Amino acid sequence: MTDHVLSWIVFFPLIGAAVVLILPRSQERAMKLVSVVATFVPLLLAGWIYLNFDRSTPELQFVEHYPWIRSFNIYYFLGIDGLSAPMVLLTALLCFLCIFASWNTDKGIKGYFSLFLLLDTGMMGIFCSLDFFLFYIFWEVMLLPMYFLIGIWGGPDREYAAIKFFLYTLLGSVLILLAMLALYFATEPHTFDMTKLMAARGSFVGPFWKVVFIGLFIGFAIKVPIFPFHTWLPDAHVEAPTAISVILAGVLLKMGVYGLLRISYPILPEATVWFSYPLVILGLINIIYGALCAMAQKDFKKLVAYSSISHMGYCLLGMAAFTQAGMNGAVLQMFNHGTITGMLFLLVGVIYDRAHHRDINGFGGLATQMPIYAGMTSLAFFASLGLPGLSGFISEVLCFIGAFPVYRTITCLAVIGIIIGAAYFLWTFQRVFLGQLDDKYKTLPEINARELFTLIPLGIIVIILGVYPMPMLDIMRVTLGNIISIVQP
Amino acid sequence: MIIGLEHYLFISAILFSLGLFGVLTRRNAVSILMGIELILNAANLNFVAFSRFVTIGISGQLFAVFVIILAAAEAAVALAIILALYQNIKSVSVDEADAMKG
Amino acid sequence: MDCIQSYVWIVPLMPLIGAVINLLLGRRLGNRVVGPLACLTVFISFCASTLLFLSLTKLPAESRSFTNLVYTWVLVGDFRAEVSFLVDPLSAVMILIVSGVGFLIHVYSIGYMHGDKNYSRYFGYLNLFVFAMLTLVLGDNLLLMFIGWEGVGLCSYLLIGFWFEDKKNAIAGMKAFIVNRVGDFGFMLGFLLLFWSLGKAGVWTIRFTELSANAHLLSAGMVTAITLLLFMGATGKSAQLPLYVWLPDAMAGPTPVSALIHAATMVTAGIYMIARMNFLYVLAPSAMTVVAVIGAATAFYAATIGLVQNDIKRVLAYSTISQLGYMFLGVGVGAYSAGIFHLMTHAFFKALLFMGAGSVMHGLSGELDLRNMGGLKEKMPRTYWTFLIATLAICGVPGLSGFFSKDEILWKAFSSDHGHWGLWLVGVLGAGLTAFYMFRVVFLAFFGESRTDKKAHESPGVMTIPLMILAALALVGGYVGVPEVLGGHNRFHHFLTPVFDRHTEVATHAHHSVGLELGLMVISVVVALAGIFIAYQMYIRHPEHPKALAERFPRLYNLLLNKYYVDEIYHAVFVRSLLGLNNLLARFDLGIIDGAVNGSAWLTKITAKWSGWWDNTFVDGAVNTTASAVISGGSVLRKTQTGRIQNYLLIAIIVIVVIMVVKII
Repeated sequence: MTDHVLSWIVFFPLIGAAVVLILPRSQERAMKLVSVVATFVPLLLAGWIYLNFDRSTPELQFVEHYPWIRSFNIYYFLGIDGLSAPMVLLTALLCFLCIFASWNTDKGIKGYFSLFLLLDTGMMGIFCSLDFFLFYIFWEVMLLPMYFLIGIWGGPDREYAAIKFFLYTLLGSVLILLAMLALYFATEPHTFDMTKLMAARGSFVGPFWKVVFIGLFIGFAIKVPIFPFHTWLPDAHVEAPTAISVILAGVLLKMGVYGLLRISYPILPEATVWFSYPLVILGLINIIYGALCAMAQKDFKKLVAYSSISHMGYCLLGMAAFTQAGMNGAVLQMFNHGTITGMLFLLVGVIYDRAHHRDINGFGGLATQMPIYAGMTSLAFFASLGLPGLSGFISEVLCFIGAFPVYRTITCLAVIGIIIGAAYFLWTFQRVFLGQLDDKYKTLPEINARELFTLIPLGIIVIILGVYPMPMLDIMRVTLGNIISIVQP
Repeated sequence: MIIGLEHYLFISAILFSLGLFGVLTRRNAVSILMGIELILNAANLNFVAFSRFVTIGISGQLFAVFVIILAAAEAAVALAIILALYQNIKSVSVDEADAMKG
Repeated sequence: MDCIQSYVWIVPLMPLIGAVINLLLGRRLGNRVVGPLACLTVFISFCASTLLFLSLTKLPAESRSFTNLVYTWVLVGDFRAEVSFLVDPLSAVMILIVSGVGFLIHVYSIGYMHGDKNYSRYFGYLNLFVFAMLTLVLGDNLLLMFIGWEGVGLCSYLLIGFWFEDKKNAIAGMKAFIVNRVGDFGFMLGFLLLFWSLGKAGVWTIRFTELSANAHLLSAGMVTAITLLLFMGATGKSAQLPLYVWLPDAMAGPTPVSALIHAATMVTAGIYMIARMNFLYVLAPSAMTVVAVIGAATAFYAATIGLVQNDIKRVLAYSTISQLGYMFLGVGVGAYSAGIFHLMTHAFFKALLFMGAGSVMHGLSGELDLRNMGGLKEKMPRTYWTFLIATLAICGVPGLSGFFSKDEILWKAFSSDHGHWGLWLVGVLGAGLTAFYMFRVVFLAFFGESRTDKKAHESPGVMTIPLMILAALALVGGYVGVPEVLGGHNRFHHFLTPVFDRHTEVATHAHHSVGLELGLMVISVVVALAGIFIAYQMYIRHPEHPKALAERFPRLYNLLLNKYYVDEIYHAVFVRSLLGLNNLLARFDLGIIDGAVNGSAWLTKITAKWSGWWDNTFVDGAVNTTASAVISGGSVLRKTQTGRIQNYLLIAIIVIVVIMVVKII
C-alpha cells in the first residue's frame, strides 16, 4: 500500500462508492459503515504521509508517474509537496468527520454516500495530481457530485443554488481549460506536466500570457471565491446539507487558492508579479466587504458563509506579498480556515437540526439550555475572530506581518477586519446564546455524542495549532520558499 | 356425349365463381373459409383436367395432391385462428375483427 | 543561578491548569473542590512569584533580569516568536500584584459567589483571567504579550457577561471586547510597524530586550508613530479617553470580577505596556506629551462624572478611570516607576473598595443605589472600617499608600522635563474631586439614617478577611516608596530603576528645591482635605444641599449624570453608521453583485427564449409544414385501408376485370 500511497488515498473512496452502490437498498447501516471505512483509510494514509514527509526539501514526494494517453503526452502523475500535504490532510480529516455529520440523512442513503465518496476522490485527486490534464479531470469529477448533493439533499431553494453553483464553477472550468490548452500548445513537445511547464516558465512572458493568467485567475477566483465572483457561495452554503457545507467551505474554497499557488504562481511568474497589486486589493475587499456583509445577515449559515469570504481575503493578502511570512500565513490560513469554518458549519447544523430554522434573531439564551454547545460555539467563534492562542490568530498575524512590508496602507486597512470580525461574531453570539431563554426552546436537547465527536477533533486542532503551529509550518516552509524564489528570483 | 375439356373447365369456372361469391359476400369467417375451399377445388379440377387432356405428364395430378394437402393444412390453421378470434370477440364475423390489437 | 529561574512558566501555568480543570470537570468535582482548587492554583503562582522576586533581589542591581525560554512558538522566515518569559524588576512587581491581589479576590469570591449555579464556570474564568494577565506581564516578546493582552479581553468579556440571562450584561461584555478590539487595532498596527521598521534597519525581532537595545536605529517620526499606535491600544485596555466607555458598563459582572478587572489586572495592562516599552517612549517626546495630556484629561474628566453617579459601583468605576489617568500622567511625563508605584497602591485600595462595595451589596441583597443605603456603619463594622481606609488611601491622606504614589506622580508632572504646571494643576483638581466623591460614597452608604427596609448583615469571614489583608496593604503599602524629601529612600523607585534607566529616567534629573516639592505636597493635601470637608458639609451637615445644587444647575447636573452623553453619541455615530453600512453593503451584494449574476442568467434565458421562438416558428415551421402535408395526404389515403379483406378482394377483382376488359378491347 505504501508504494502507491497517493493512488490509494485518491481511489480508496471510489472503491467505497462502488461497494455502496452494490449493497442492497435496505442495508443502510452497512452503507454508512462502508463510507466510514472508505474515508478512514485515506485519513490513516494521510497521517502516514504526514509522519513520513521529508520536510527539508521542496521536491515532490510519493511520486507516481505512468503514461496514460501517449499520443497526447498525458501522464498519470501524482505527487505531493509542502503545499498539497496540508490540504490532503485537511481533506481526509474533514471527509471522515462529515460522514458522521451526515449520519442522519433520511432520503436516498445510497445515492448520498456514493456521491459523497466520489466527491472525496475528486478532491483528493485535485490536490495530488501534477499533470494538468489529470488535474482538470478531477476538477470536473468533483463538480458533478457536488451539484447533485446540493440539488437533491439541499434545503428548500436547493435547485436554484445547485444550478448557480454548477454554472458558475463550470464557467471557471472553461477558462481553466482554455488556459491549460494554451500552455499545452505553447510547449514543445506539447505537455500537460506541471513540472515541465514550470521549467518552461521563462517562455511564458508577454501580454498573451497575462491574458492566460487572467483566465486562470478568474477560474480559480470563482472557487475562492474572490469578490465579485462570490455570490454563489452564500446560496450554495445556505441550501447545502450540513456536511456538504463543511466540505464546500473546508475544502472546495481552498482549491482556488491552491490552484493559484500550484499553477498560476510557478508557471506564470511574470504575470503573477504583474497582477499582485490587484490581487491584494481584491484581498482587502474580501476581508472588509465580507465582514461587513456578514454583520448584516440574519441567517446563521449565511453569516458563516460571508465570514468565509472575509477569511479567505487574508490568504490573498498574505500570498500577494511574496514574503515568507505572508506565504506561510496564507497556506496556514487555508488549513485553519478549513478546520474553523468546518466547526462553524457543523455547529450551525446542530442547531438547525433541533430548532429547524437559522434565524439569528429568532434565538436567545440558548447557553442556558445547551451549555456544552455554547462552549463549543464560543471556541469556534473566538478562533474565527482571531483570538491569540487559537489557530486563526497565528495565520492572520503571519499574513499581516508578511504583507505589511510590501503593502503598508492596505495592510493597515485590512487590520480593521479584526474589529469587524469581533463585532459580528460577538453580536451573533449574544443574540443566539445570551439573554433570556425563550420558552419554546426549553425542550431543545443538548448536543449529542455523535455531534461532539465531529467537533472535538477540529477543536483540538484549533487549540494545538494556536499554541504550537510549528508542526504545520514545518511541512510547508521549504516548498513555499521555493515558490517565492520562483516568482521573485 | 363426350365429356371434354370444356366441360371440366366450365364446371371449374362455376365452382370458382361460387367460391368467389361466397368469399366476397359472406361475413361469417367459416363461410369465407368454405368459399376458399371451393376456389381451391376449382383449381384442382383444372389441374386434373389439363393433366388428363393435355400431354404434360402427371404434374397436374401432382399439383392437385399438393393443393389438397395444402388446403387441409390451411383449413386447420384457419379454423384455429377463427376459434381464437371467437374466444376473443365472441363472434366469427370478419367485420367485427377490424382492429389490429386484441 | 537560582533553580526557580528555569521554572518561571509555573507562574502562568498553574492558573491555566486550574481553569482547564474547572471548566471541563468543574461540574463533576462539585463546589467544595472547585473554589479551593482555584484559590490553590493562584496561591502556588503567588508563592512562585515571591520566590522569583526574592531570587531577583539576590542579584546585583544591574543584572536583575533573566528569561526562561519554553519553546519556539512561531518561526517563519525572519519572524520568530518564542514562548519565553522575562523576569525583571518590572514584571516581578507585576506578577506579585497580579497573583497576590488575584489570590485574595479568589478567596473573597468563594464567599461572594456562594450558591451561584455556575460556580465552577466562574472560577474557571477567573483562573483564566489570572493566567492571561500573568502571560501578559511575563511575556518577553510583543506577540506573547498580545496573547495575554487579548486573553484578558476575552476573560473580561466572559466575566462581565457572566450572568448572561440578562441581556444588558451580555451587551456590556460585548461592548468591552469590541472597544478593546478597537484599541487592539492600534496595538497591532504599532506592532507591525515596529517589527517592519526595525527589520528594515537589519534587526528582525520582537523581543523586548533586543528591541530596547536597537531602539536607536529607528527614526524619530517612526518612533512617534509606533508609540502613538501602541498608546491607542493602551487607551482601549486601560479605559482612557476616548475608549473608556466600556469600563463603567463592565460593572455588570459579579463584583469580585470588577475588583479583578479594575485593580489587579486588565486595566493596568496599558500602563504596564507603556512602562515596558519605555525605551521607545523616551525617544518620542511628543508621544509622551500625548500620553500625559490624555492621562491628565481622563483623570479630571472621569472624576467629574463620578461626582453625581448614584450607583456605588459606577462611582468606583469612574474613579478607576480617573486613577488610571494619573498613572498615564505619570508614565507620560517619564516617571515610569511612579506610574507603576501608583498602579500597585491602586491595586490594593481599589480592590478593597470594590470588595467592600461587594460586601455592602452582599449584605443588602444586591442593592447598588447609594440613595437606598445609609447607616451601615454599625451593621457592617468590618466592611465600614476597611472601606474607610481604602477611601482615605485613594484620597491621598498623608501616611496612607495612595498619598505617596499620587504625590510622586503629581510632583513629577510638575518637575520633570516632560512635565508642565498645567498638568499638575489638572491633577490636583482631580484629586480634590476624587476626595469629594469618594467621601460622598462613604457618607451616603455608611452614615446617616438607613434608607432601606432591607436587613443588613455583616459578610462572612471568607469575605472580610481578604478585606482586612488588603486594608493592611493599603495602609502600609506606600512605605516601600517614601520619597527622599520625607526622609525615605524610595526603595521601590530604586528597585525598578534598572528597567528604566537604560535611557535615563528623565524625571529624576530635574533640579528643583526641596521646599518647592514640600510646598506642592501641602497644596495637594489641602485640596484633598477640602474635598473631604465639602463632602462632609453637603452630605452630613446639610443633606438637603446636593438636591438644591442639582436644581440650581439642572443642565450641568444632567450632563454629568448622563456621562456627557458620550455613550449616546458613540452609538449614534459609530454603531448606527456601521449597521447602516452593513445593511447597505448587504443590499448592494444582493442587489448589484448577485443581481448582475442573476441578470446575466436572465439575459441568457431571454436570448434563449427568442431563439427558441425563432426556431419554433421558422426553422421548425418548415419542417412542420412538410410533416403536416404528409399527414393530411396520409389521412386521405388511409381511408382506403379499411382492414376488411373482402373489400381488398373486391377491389382486386374489379381491377382484374378492368384490366381484362381493357386488354380485350
